[in-house]
Amino acid sequence: MAYIIGNTGKWEYVIGLEVHAQVASKAKLFSGAATEFGSEPNSQVSLIDAAMPGMLPVLNKHCVEQAIKTGLGINAKINKVSIFDRKNYFYADLPQGYQISQFYLPIVQDGYLLIKTEEGKEKKIRINRIHLEQDAGKSMHDQSPDCSLIDLNRSGIALMEIVTEPDLSSPYEAAEYVKKLRSLLRCIGSCDGNMEQGSLRCDANISVRKAGDMLGTRCEIKNVNSVKNIIKAIEYEAARQVEILENGGVVDQETRLFDANTGETRTMRLKENSNDYRYFPDPDLLPVYVEDVLIEKLRSELPELPDAKIRRYVKEFGLSQYDAEVIVADEEIAKYFEEASLGANPKIVANWICSELFGKLNKNNIELADCKITPIMIRELVSLIEDGTISGKIAKSIFEEMFESGENPEKIVTAKGLVQLADSNTLEPIIDEIIAGHPDSVAEYRNGKEKLFGFFVGQVMKKTGGKANPQMVNDLLKAKLSK
Amino acid sequence: MSDLIKLSITEALTALRNKEFTAVELVRSHIEQSEKNKHLNIYITETFDKALSMAKIADQNYHDGKARKLEGIPVGVKDLFCTKGVKTTAGSRMLSNFVPPYDSTISQNIENSGTIMLGKTNMDEFAMGSSNTTSYFGDVINPWKAEGNDADLVPGGSSGGSAAAVSSFSVMAAFGSDTGGSIRQPAAFTGLVGVKPTYGRCSRWGMVAFASSLDQAGIFTRNTKDSALMLEAMMGFDEKDSTSINKEVPELVSACSQSIKNMRIGIPYELMKTEGVDNEIIQMWEKSIEIMKAEGAEIVNISLPNAKYALAVYYVIAPAEASSNLARYDGVRYGHRTNKDNLTLEEMYIYTRSEGFGDEVKRRIMIGTYVLSASHMEAYYLKAQKVRRLIVNDFNDAFEKCDAILLPSAPSAAFKIGEKQDNPLTMYLNDIFTIPASLAGLPCSSVPAAITKNGLPLGMQLITPAFDEYSLLRASSAIERGVSDIDFIPRGF
Repeated sequence: MAYIIGNTGKWEYVIGLEVHAQVASKAKLFSGAATEFGSEPNSQVSLIDAAMPGMLPVLNKHCVEQAIKTGLGINAKINKVSIFDRKNYFYADLPQGYQISQFYLPIVQDGYLLIKTEEGKEKKIRINRIHLEQDAGKSMHDQSPDCSLIDLNRSGIALMEIVTEPDLSSPYEAAEYVKKLRSLLRCIGSCDGNMEQGSLRCDANISVRKAGDMLGTRCEIKNVNSVKNIIKAIEYEAARQVEILENGGVVDQETRLFDANTGETRTMRLKENSNDYRYFPDPDLLPVYVEDVLIEKLRSELPELPDAKIRRYVKEFGLSQYDAEVIVADEEIAKYFEEASLGANPKIVANWICSELFGKLNKNNIELADCKITPIMIRELVSLIEDGTISGKIAKSIFEEMFESGENPEKIVTAKGLVQLADSNTLEPIIDEIIAGHPDSVAEYRNGKEKLFGFFVGQVMKKTGGKANPQMVNDLLKAKLSK
Repeated sequence: MSDLIKLSITEALTALRNKEFTAVELVRSHIEQSEKNKHLNIYITETFDKALSMAKIADQNYHDGKARKLEGIPVGVKDLFCTKGVKTTAGSRMLSNFVPPYDSTISQNIENSGTIMLGKTNMDEFAMGSSNTTSYFGDVINPWKAEGNDADLVPGGSSGGSAAAVSSFSVMAAFGSDTGGSIRQPAAFTGLVGVKPTYGRCSRWGMVAFASSLDQAGIFTRNTKDSALMLEAMMGFDEKDSTSINKEVPELVSACSQSIKNMRIGIPYELMKTEGVDNEIIQMWEKSIEIMKAEGAEIVNISLPNAKYALAVYYVIAPAEASSNLARYDGVRYGHRTNKDNLTLEEMYIYTRSEGFGDEVKRRIMIGTYVLSASHMEAYYLKAQKVRRLIVNDFNDAFEKCDAILLPSAPSAAFKIGEKQDNPLTMYLNDIFTIPASLAGLPCSSVPAAITKNGLPLGMQLITPAFDEYSLLRASSAIERGVSDIDFIPRGF
C-alpha cells in the first residue's frame, strides 16, 4: 500500500480507471469505412461518419464479438440484451451531434482482473462494465492561423470503454492494471494496445482520503496516454489534492487535463459546466440480442489467457515466476517464446530471451518484430549449447553475430570454426603445453594457491579461442595439475 | 394531349405499352400542367429538363421491349428524400444549398422502377407541420377551394407539396413521408388516396430524419390501385437501415379489386365523441360504416382506450428524437453557416442554427431537449414510451376482433392559410386521428370519402395489422367503390 505523506500524515489514494480501447477491426462500429492509423486526413470517412442527412448506422457484428470476447477474458457477465444510446453534445469533431454509446445497458458487466501489488500480493480489481461506443473525430487547432481543421478519420471507430471500480490504491497498481489489461487485450486480439497511436487511452478518476475516512471528492484526469504518464499524472494530481486539503481548501469536482510536457494537470471543465448529455436509446438501432450459442462459440475461440499461460510456464516449463510474467506480458513475446522452445529446453530459452534478447532490443531500441533473430534461431542456438557443440561463452558471440547479420547459428559455427573442442586427444597436448610454459604458476598452485586454477582455464580458452569444452578443460587440468 | 394528365397510372401504362402516346408526351403534358400551377408553389426544385431526357430513355425502353414496371410515369418526390445531384432542402433554410452526393434508397427504388421525377416537392420544414406553412420556401396552396370563397386553403402537411402536385394533376403520383399523419392528413385535405405502409417496409436510408422511430415513406395517388402499384415499387428490405424489415413485398394490386365480404371492420365508436371534430366528419364516418356493411363486411365495436393520450405521447417522443436528429445541422460540414465573422465555436452554432431553422423546428427542438434533460427524462420521455406501449397493446387487442380499423383521417376539412397559426396546440390537434397508428407503426391509409357542404374533400382512414398492406388496400378500395359517384377533382381542374 502506497501513501502520500503530507504535513498532517498519511493519505490514501483512491483510483478508478476508464480505459478506451480501440476495437481491432478493419471497419468502423457503424459504417464500412476503414480504420487504418496514420492515413491522409479525411480519407477514411463514409457518408455515415460525416453524418450526412438521412444516413443511418448499421452495427458491425465483428466489433460486438470482440467486446464479448474481452468480457469473457475479464470473467464478466455478457448481457443477452444490450442497447445503444445517444449521448448528445455539440462539438466540431462530433458530426452527428451525438455519440452512439451504451449508457443504460452495456454489453459487458461485472468482471475483474487480478494484479500484483507493490508487495507482490495478488489483488482483485473489479471492472464495472465494458461498453461499445463510437470515437469522435479530431480537431486540429495548429494547422492554420485563422481556423481550426477537422479530421474525421477516427469518427465512428469502435471503442470499448472499460471502467473499473475505485479499487486501485496506488499509481503502481494503476500502472500494473493497465499493463495487465493491455496484455489481455493483445492476447485476445480485441485491441492492439498501442498507446502511442491512441489505440489504448486512459482517463483516471482520483481522490485522496485519510485511512478510514469516507471517499473524497474526485477529479477526472483526461488523456493519460502511457503507463509512465499514468503514474506521473496520478502522483501529481493526488499531491495537488492533498495540498489543497491540508491548507483547509476543498477539492472541486472537475475534469482535468494531463499535460505530458509539464507533468501537471489543469482544469478542463468544472462539474457545473458539464453537459446534460440527454442519453436516450438510439431509435436508428435495434437492441443487440446475444445468444448463448454465440457466447459459447466465442468462449471456445478464446486463446489461452495470460494468467493461465503464466501458470503453465511455471509449472510445465519450470520458468521462474518473474520470467513467465515478463514473457506473457507481451503477446508477441509469448508467441516468440513458444516457438523458440519447441524442441529446446524452455527454461534456457527463457533465459536467453529475458537476458540477452531483451538486453539487445533495449540497447538498440528496436522492437521484437524488427529483430533479425527468429525464434527458430534461438531454438537452434540453445540446442547447440545443449548437445555440447558450443560453449555458453561462444554462444554469446554467436548471438551477437545473429543479431547483426540474421545468419542462423549453425552456419555461423561452421563458417567460423566455432565447434567446441571436447576431444581429449586435442585438448591434452594444449594443456600440457600450457603447464610446461608456466612452471612458476604450476609450482604456486601446487603449493596451495588454488585460485590460480582460473588462470590455467583462461589460458586454455585463450589458446582454443574459447572453443574448449569448459567441463572437460576443468577435468583435464585438475588431473594434470595435481600430478 | 391535356387529357393525358387525367389518366390513372394503370391506364397510362397500358397506353404507353400500346404506343398510343409516348413517355415524352406524357411527361411534357405534366410539365405543362405544373407550369400552369406555379402559383400553388408545389416544387422547391423542378427537374423538368432531366425528366424530358429520362422520358426519351423510357420511350427507347418501350421500343426495345425493355420497359420497366412503371416506365415513364411522371412523379413528384418530397424534398426530404436525398437525390443525387439534385438539391435536397427538407423545406429548410438550413439545407437550402445542400446537394447530396447520394440517392436515398426510396429515390433509387422508384427510379429503378422507371418513374420519372418532375421535381422535389415542397413540405413543412423538416416535416414538422400540418399545414405546409412552415416551409422556408413558402406556403403550398391547396388546389381545392371552398364553394363561393376564393380564400387559399392549406393542402395539409407536412407532405403538402406532394398532395397538391397529385391533386392538381401536375404528376400522376407523389412520394411523401408520414411521421404523425403527414401523408394521411394532406391526402384527406386534397381528395387523394394516401398510404403509409408498416414501419420498416420502406427504407429510411437517405431520407432526412425527423423522428426516427416514426418516420415512414408513403405515397399519394388518385386511386387505390395506383397506390398499390407504387408501393410495390418503393417497399423492400434494405440492409443499410437497421430498422428495415426483411419480409417479402406482397403483391398489392389484386387487393384493390377483391371483395371485402366477411372482412371484420373495427370501429372505435368511443372516438366519435372526440372534442373538436366537425359534424360532417362524423356523418362521413357513419356513411362509410354503411358502405362497408353494404360491401359485405362485418362491423365490430372496438376500443382503443389509450388513443386519447396519443397526441401527448407523440409530442414528447417526436420532438425528443428530432432534437437529437437535427443536432447534425451545425454549419460545420454542409448546409447553412452564418456569415458572421470572428465567432467562437459556440457562437457559430448559435447563429447558424438561429438563422437556419424556422420557428416550428426551434419549438420542437426545445421541447425535445427539455423532455430528454436529466431532470425531466423520467417524467416525460420514459413515461411517453410506456404509454406508447399501451397504445400498441390496444391495437393488438383490437386486431383480435377485427381485420381493419376505420376512422376519419382528420378532424376537419382543409382550413384557410393562416388559420390555427397562432396556437400550436390547435394545429397539433389536426393529427389526433392519425397519430395512434403512427405510434404503433401500423400500415394505414386515407381514402377520399365525402365532400363537405362547402365543396371540400374529406378522407377516411384505414388501419390494419403490421405488414398487412394487402388488407389495407382491400378495405380502402371498398370505400373507394362506395363513393364512386363522387368526383374528387378540385374545381377548375
